[in-house]
Amino acid sequence: MQITVNGTQHEVDVEEDMPLLWVLRDELGITGPKYGCGIAQCGACTVHVDGMAVRSCSVAIGDLDGNVTTIEGLGTPEALHAVQEAWVEHQVAQCGYCQPGQIMAAASLLDFNADPTDALIDQAMSANLCRCGTYPRIRAAVKTAAAKLNGV
Amino acid sequence: MGTVAKIARRSFLIGSVAIAGGVAFGVYRVKTPYANPLTEGLAEGSATFNPWVLIDRDKITLITPHADKGQGVVSAQAALIAEELDLEWGQFETSFGAPDKAYWNTAMADESVPFAATDASLGARSARVVAGGVIKLFQFQGTGGSTTMSDSFDKLRHAGAVARDTLKRAAAEQFSVPVSSLTTAKGAVVLPDGTVVPYTELAAVAATIEPVSEVVLRDPSTWRLIGKPMARLDILAKSTGTLDYGIDFTMDGMLYAAVKTNPRQGGVMNGYNADAALQMRGVHSIAPVTNGVAVLADNSWRAFQAADAIEFDWGPAPYPAEMDDHWAAIAESFTDERLDAEWRNDGNTETVFAQTPPYVAEYRAPYVAHAPLEPLNATILVTAEGVDIWTGHQMPGFLVTIVAGVTGHDASDIRFHNLFMGGSFGHRLEYEHIKQAAEIGKLMLGKPIKLTYSREEDFAHEFPRHPGIARAKGVVKDGKVNAVDLQVAMPSVMRSQMGRAGVPTPGPDAQIAAGSWGNPYGIPNSRMRAYRVPELAPTSSWRSVGASANGFFFDSFLDELIHQAGADPMLERIRLMNDDVSRKVLEAVAEMSSWGGALGENQGRGVAFVESFGVPTAEVIEVTNTQNGIRIDKVWLAAEVGTVIDPQNFENLGQGGVVFGLGHAINCEITYSDGMAEQSNYHAHEAMRMYQCPEIFVKGLENGDKVRGFGEPPVPPAAPALANAIFAATGTRIREMPFNKHIDFV
Repeated sequence: MQITVNGTQHEVDVEEDMPLLWVLRDELGITGPKYGCGIAQCGACTVHVDGMAVRSCSVAIGDLDGNVTTIEGLGTPEALHAVQEAWVEHQVAQCGYCQPGQIMAAASLLDFNADPTDALIDQAMSANLCRCGTYPRIRAAVKTAAAKLNGV
Repeated sequence: MGTVAKIARRSFLIGSVAIAGGVAFGVYRVKTPYANPLTEGLAEGSATFNPWVLIDRDKITLITPHADKGQGVVSAQAALIAEELDLEWGQFETSFGAPDKAYWNTAMADESVPFAATDASLGARSARVVAGGVIKLFQFQGTGGSTTMSDSFDKLRHAGAVARDTLKRAAAEQFSVPVSSLTTAKGAVVLPDGTVVPYTELAAVAATIEPVSEVVLRDPSTWRLIGKPMARLDILAKSTGTLDYGIDFTMDGMLYAAVKTNPRQGGVMNGYNADAALQMRGVHSIAPVTNGVAVLADNSWRAFQAADAIEFDWGPAPYPAEMDDHWAAIAESFTDERLDAEWRNDGNTETVFAQTPPYVAEYRAPYVAHAPLEPLNATILVTAEGVDIWTGHQMPGFLVTIVAGVTGHDASDIRFHNLFMGGSFGHRLEYEHIKQAAEIGKLMLGKPIKLTYSREEDFAHEFPRHPGIARAKGVVKDGKVNAVDLQVAMPSVMRSQMGRAGVPTPGPDAQIAAGSWGNPYGIPNSRMRAYRVPELAPTSSWRSVGASANGFFFDSFLDELIHQAGADPMLERIRLMNDDVSRKVLEAVAEMSSWGGALGENQGRGVAFVESFGVPTAEVIEVTNTQNGIRIDKVWLAAEVGTVIDPQNFENLGQGGVVFGLGHAINCEITYSDGMAEQSNYHAHEAMRMYQCPEIFVKGLENGDKVRGFGEPPVPPAAPALANAIFAATGTRIREMPFNKHIDFV
């Protein structure tokens, strides 16, 4: 079957029930999306499907309907997305393992709501666990990213 | 400001062994310096100055032997070297280095002996010196116990200074100018005429010059890097998904492995049926491992699926099958026979209690999981000649020994490649996954194997934080706390953990009492006794170890007594405080939080103070009792660490430690049923999510004389400060973690 990831089309020969996460990681070698729980509890595997944040560990490849963007497709070290710029500015990461998922969740949130309230940020980002406890910095970075995207 | 001689003397008193030029000083049977591990394999024209700096024609590499679990120590270690060596930020590469005896962690030895880390008495010093020697014999290149900064602060700055001095003398020789006429800047020696000679061009000459043993370290007032906010070296990679963790490592022709071992941890496997699994797509083979099997496949998910399809006959657990029996074993251990140590006995509590019936309370702390977000994993290639293994681990030296024990190779033929870790909190101090990878790799000679734990397998084999019960008695008199008697019963986490590494642990286990007995309060009658519970489920160090439970026990009870006395929780703690540096910590947090100021309706505040790993730490928490439960609004934290290496990272670690301490106190425990952990994934062991996260304000104080690490100390005061705040807001005293057994949170 065919899937489009970060603008590139791939042909993959896998079972229909293989989760998107493992197609990305083990079949295509795209390792930005992380495995943390496998049951949509931690959000480390968050990617976008047609711009919407989804937990790639819980989307069967056979059910995939849309183009996939992973953190690698959001921005690069040379050309950061506004959310990534904000993450660097606030020095958010500790271990960093959850941050690709956090960044993808934040980018999707800001795509749908350019100026989210504190309550909405908390609500939208609470599906992503950070075991190191960088939540205060994530909150601040989301607000900075919103300001950047709004040209403030 | 210190010369080598001064540093050597000071370090020696605190048990340090290695300071200059890779030379190790020590006592006991370990007086011989170890060879510099970096001199082997260097190309012609390269120079090595000591085990922490490598310069060749192309680049400068700084060795940062302490593992990075997310605490930022790669950057911090590099900054210490770069400060003295006059390197610009980013003008160098970093490497974790190969495991070697030259990277002894002497600070970790400080924490392993039964003296308070702040105790500078002669007895404490002597014991640490001996422990440094003993631990050295056991190959202790470890990262843990918040020791990286105290271990590195002098050594790494010294490494940078010696390297810089040697490069200057190399330039003096090459250009026939006096050393005194040379300066250094931005990774280069500057000649009197202004010519800039990069260190890389001096490496060959520098290799012929014996490093001096006496250099003067820079005065803190001249620091360019230390004490200033630094962009972490890994921040860009960690913000773009481009950092490779152990789980991301791949090799050509690699097979993916999943394991299933007895979920009754340590129990045997009586038999299994893998017929169905072997028929599944992508499955290569089934390989036996200790107490279970591994599935080898062409994709991690296929390996997980096939492992789930195997039917097992598991043997019983080597510990009580039901949680109630664990608690009963702990409760039954408050006996003279189980007394591990009486850590403190000031005044005479028995006389006081004979005169005044004491106020009593009992506290509990459960098993709790580390559960770092990156599941355990290891990639291994075993050949007839040797072993290469890639993973993130806190104990490289032990890891090599353990792999050698499985594969039969000489330890010198085992190459360990340490990788960045997606968290640890103590989880990556364990070796079961390493042993399993080695067992599989040995069977699959010449074939690279990546073993990844499923989250469920990871939870089932957690080696959680040890549980405990505290029984407390106290008396107040004239509005003051007059007597405290704390008895704590826990299994020995050190015996459990070090036993698996093959290291004997004679004497009492300091972790049963850590965070309580060494408190710097001058309570007139103060007694602390530790009771060792017979071994139950296997346990391992959990971020802040014994203090994570004992801080909750002791400080909560102190708070109860202060309320009994009708005193102010902050003022009475300050009044009781016997240590100036610790008193300043309390005063700082009182000022930060405007303690005593007006509060809103249904609000309450609690304060807690716990010293762990030599860091006196105080936290004030403000909560609101809403209709739907407790909301944690704000946290103020002050801690004494001697020198704050990077204020930005310090704040991040402080905030993270508070979140870690609060989240687990609120809703996490591991319980056993039928010998198995009942919590299999994050839905059942959630900790804190963002909607629950308070605002957190962090302040580092620099009044102490020793640099201390900050990875763990923010954790212990969080639970008692929250319990104390909940009491202030609601009148309900919570004496058991997790708190959500007793009160709701929003």
